[in-house]
Parts: sequence; C-alpha cells; structure tokens
Amino acid sequence: MSDWLFFIEVSLAGLGSGALLSLTALAFVLIYKATQVVNLAVGEILMLGGYLFFAFAAGMGLSPWVAIPLAVIGGGIVGGIVERGIIRPMLGEAAISVFMVTVGLGSVLVGLVELIWGTDPRSLPNFIATAPLFLGEAYVSRKIAVAFVVAGIVVTVFLVLFRFWRGGVALRATATDQAAAYSCGINVPGVFSLAWIIGCATAAGAGVLLGAISGISPTMGIFGLSALVVVIVGGLDSILGALVGGLALGLIQSWTGTYLGGEYTSVVTFSLLIVALMIRPYGLFGTHEIERL
Amino acid sequence: MIIGTAKESYRADEALLTTKPQRVWMAIFLAFLVIVPFSVNDYWLYMVCLMTINVVAATGLNILTGFTGQVSLGQAAFMAVGAYTVAWMERDLGTPFLVNLVGAGLAAAALGIVVGIPSLRVKGLYLAIATIAASFILHFVFVHWESVTGGNTGINVAPARIPGMELTTYFQLYWVIMPVTIIMVVAAANIFRTRIGRAFIAIRDRDISAEVLGIPLLQYKLMSFAIASFYAGVAGGMWAYFFRVVTPESFPFMMSIFLLAAIIVGGMGTILGGVVGAVFMTITPELLRFVVEWVSPWVPNAGTLLSPVRTIVFGGLIIGFLVFEPQGLAEIIQRVRRFFRLWPFRT
Repeated sequence: MSDWLFFIEVSLAGLGSGALLSLTALAFVLIYKATQVVNLAVGEILMLGGYLFFAFAAGMGLSPWVAIPLAVIGGGIVGGIVERGIIRPMLGEAAISVFMVTVGLGSVLVGLVELIWGTDPRSLPNFIATAPLFLGEAYVSRKIAVAFVVAGIVVTVFLVLFRFWRGGVALRATATDQAAAYSCGINVPGVFSLAWIIGCATAAGAGVLLGAISGISPTMGIFGLSALVVVIVGGLDSILGALVGGLALGLIQSWTGTYLGGEYTSVVTFSLLIVALMIRPYGLFGTHEIERL
Repeated sequence: MIIGTAKESYRADEALLTTKPQRVWMAIFLAFLVIVPFSVNDYWLYMVCLMTINVVAATGLNILTGFTGQVSLGQAAFMAVGAYTVAWMERDLGTPFLVNLVGAGLAAAALGIVVGIPSLRVKGLYLAIATIAASFILHFVFVHWESVTGGNTGINVAPARIPGMELTTYFQLYWVIMPVTIIMVVAAANIFRTRIGRAFIAIRDRDISAEVLGIPLLQYKLMSFAIASFYAGVAGGMWAYFFRVVTPESFPFMMSIFLLAAIIVGGMGTILGGVVGAVFMTITPELLRFVVEWVSPWVPNAGTLLSPVRTIVFGGLIIGFLVFEPQGLAEIIQRVRRFFRLWPFRT
C-alpha cells in the first residue's frame, strides 16, 4: 500500500514539473507556429524571468504580487526587442541560421545575467506558503501544486484565446498561410511580434514558477533543453503535442529519477526522443510537410 | 593585378591553387608555420596547438554541415570518442601513437555512422536535436562504462612516443599536430574535387533532386557523417595527447556549439572558412583576457568579469555574423582579395 502511495506521490510531482515543461514548450510552439523559428533561447528567457522577479522582489523590495507581473512584462519586452532587432532581419534565411542566432542570443543572455547577478545560485523570496498539501493521503509540495494549477490555468486561457480572440485567430491564420493571411488584412509582421512577446512572457512566467520551486542560477536555461525535447517529440507546431508531451516527459523524468537514479533521467529522455523521431519524424502530433521540388 | 588565368587543361582548372600568387602565398604560409614554434613562447605555442586541433574538428563539421547540409550538434561527442579511444589504446594495447590516432578516427567514424542513421528520415533541426540526444547518451556512456573510460575521474594518457623519445612539450607535439592538420585540411579540400564531394554538395542544395540524379542518399549522408566523425575523432585523439587526461567533462555540449559557431563565423561551405573560423573563435577569448587585464587598473575586480564577457562576446559574434555577414570571414577575405585585384583602378 505504501509503495502505491509513494508511486502516486512521485507521479504527482512529475505532473507538476510536467506542467511547467508544457508551459515552456507552449512558448516554443507559439513562436514556431507564427515565425517558423525554433527559439533555443526560450530556456534563457525563462532564466531571465526568474532573475527579473528576483531583482524586483528581493532587490527593490516590491511585493511578489507586483514583481510577478513585472517579470512577465519584462520577458515580453525582451521578446519584442529580440524579434524586431535580430529575428526580423533574418526573415527568409535558412532555418539553421535563425536557430543559431537564438543560440547566440541565449549565450548573450547568460553572460548578461552572470555579469549583473553573478554565477551563484540564489533562492527566490517565498511567495507560496510552504505548508504541505495532501491529496487524500498523498503528499504534494505546495509549490509544485501551485505551479501545476497556474500552468493549467494559463494553458486553458491560451486555448480559449486561440479559439475566440481576434489576435489568436490571426495567429492561427498566419501559421497556416502567411500570404493568404496578409491578403485578408491581417498584420502579419504584427503577429510575428505578438507571438514573440507572448511566447517570451510565458517563458518568463514559467521561470518565476520554476525559480520558486528550485531556485535560480545562470545554468537553469538547461530546462529549455528538456522543453525542446517535449516539442520535438510532440511536434514543433502542435499545441496538443506540447501539453501531452510535457506531462508525459515530466512523469517519465520523475519516475526514472526516483526508481533508477538521477543520472538516468537525461539518457532515458534522449533515448525516448530518438525512438520517437525514428517512428514519427515530425513529432507525434506535428504536421507532416510534403516536400515538393 | 591579374587580368585572367588562361587554363589549358581540365587538370589545371580543378587544381586547388590556380594562380601563381596563390602558390607563392601558400608557400609563405607554410614557411611561416615552420618558423612559428621557434619564434614564440610556450603560451602562444599552446594556443597555436589548440587552434590547430580545433581546425581539424571544425573542418570535419564543415564537411557535414557546410557541404552536406546535415546540421550536427554532436561533434564534441565524437571528439570525446576519439580521445577515449586513444587513451584506451595507449593504456591497454600500447600501440604506436599514429596507429592510435587512426584508430581514434575510425572508432569515431563507426559511431558517426550509427548516429547518422536517423538522417534519412529526420531532417534539418529535427536532426540537430537527434545529434544533441546522441551526444548526451554518449556522455552517459563515458561516465558509466568505467572499465574502459575510468568513469568521472577519467583516464590519464601516456605521452606520445616515437622510437627514442617521448613527445611531452608543446614544441615536440607541434611537429605532430601541425602536419596531421595540414594533411587533413588538404584531404578535405580534395574531397570536393571528387564525385563524393560533389554528391555532398548536391545533397545540401536539394536532397530530393540529388536522389533523382542518382545519388543514393542514405549511403552518402552516412559517408558524410563518417568523414566528419573521423575528423572529430582524430582531433579528439590529438587533444588527448595534448592535455594527457580525458574526462567526461573534457568535451562539453558547449564545445559542439562552439564548433558550429566556428564554421558559421568562418563561413559554411568553404574549407578556408572552417580554418579561419576555428582560429578566430579560439583566439578571441584569449584576446579578451588581455583586454580585461588591460582595463583592470580602472575596473574593480575585472577578473570576475572575464567569463561573462566571453560568453556575451561569443553569442554576440554568432548573432553579428549571421545578421551582417552570413557568408562569414571567408567572404570578407574574398572581398579583400577582390579589392587588391582591382586596386589602383577601383577605389
């Protein structure tokens, strides 16, 4: 019985971190859908979000409830600047070039954060109560539960916006066919900016949640690599894939970390990635593009 | 000023160096390489050797990414395979070091073929991610296959030996590393005068068209992976003799990004680009160190700024080159050459 309870607790923790993975993966998908850019800097934007929150809450002494929106807005501003400054000029270049630009951007962001805040890991001021939470008999860390609920709400809001909001519809139209969307009067460059702003703001928000759980450090951008695995397995342009893949990967990482040992998580994750790619090269839910000459 | 180069045979047309000034400059360059170890101190010799090793690895990656169009972020992992092969052969077999270097290349090439297998179904960025996955799995193997790799503590490598002496100083190693590098770079340039190299370029430009032209895609993509990994393996092997210890952290994932950045900065799809890119990217962090030392009287604790500044400059170089100079340093060199070719007339 206690084995089962333990298993359920491990699974719940996995679902919690999976929700964060889903949220970060959503930032990837949003940006990819609108601009066909795989933004490897999402992990670093996430880190930046955590540090911005740290600066506002601990450095300037603001209340966390003011600092969180400021960090999210800060992430969005960075996203907007990046899109206008270095992604727009790369329009029409090979996908790998743009990918490498985002790799370079990630490096710059890491360097800037190290320059301003140093390399030591820090913990964020507590803004979530630490009292444990019990679901039936299973113990869940309150922070992880809060992260799960917040991620769930944000994802739901996104799904509703994509369905009903004008901007969301414009984004889907742009993703389907840029030229057609443009001739219908949709401001396609505006959609590019919007997608980057929302995507980076989402990542920054995920960074605050992740930082609240496990602290912040300049290397936490590596979390973006896990989220990248999620979107590759789920399909780069599939929101459903990001959600399902994120939760699944969170569970798998939690299980392997507990039952096999922490060092096995990355090898299991990446083995699954290769298997998934061999079976479905465009991801589980991604669009299979037909190549024409 | 060169008016034109009259060629009388196809042989002359395909030659690597077509004009007399090119041959002269190349001879001067080779003479310079001979003089270098006699004229610089140990620190700069160390830098030159490190650059040279990076040149081999970057040239290999250039064959795969620049010429065949298969983006790989696993080059550092193949270097690690080469380094471990050398360490293992040196420890358990005791074979001569040139045999070990070739063995390192072959081991890496064999593994490169395995990693390249997904390339038929998986393209572009998905392939890049698959190679990331392969490099993380290899890292796991290096840590856990302790009987061969020595686990986290790694292996110490005995110095390279030729009959009668051990090659331990940078000066002695230079005479091994530099000739091997020259041979490998020339070989890389020569690949693209053959059917194989032309096939690689055709695959890069449009893989479906290449297949229609009768190029078996899987075979040639795997061949490209094998050649690139061979280069990485030899580079890793030289690295092992140079630093004399190999651990799982010797070849971090950042190194793969570094090599990809080197060929982007240098210019993808030109042999010259891979070479200048590797040299430039290796030397820039060192130059930054001098800059930081120079400003240290005015800036408090400048030493701690070095690492972040290096990271920023590294990223900034990638972004700057891709946005403003997508063809890389090789294109700048061509522009300079064109300027001097038309010099007195066009200013």
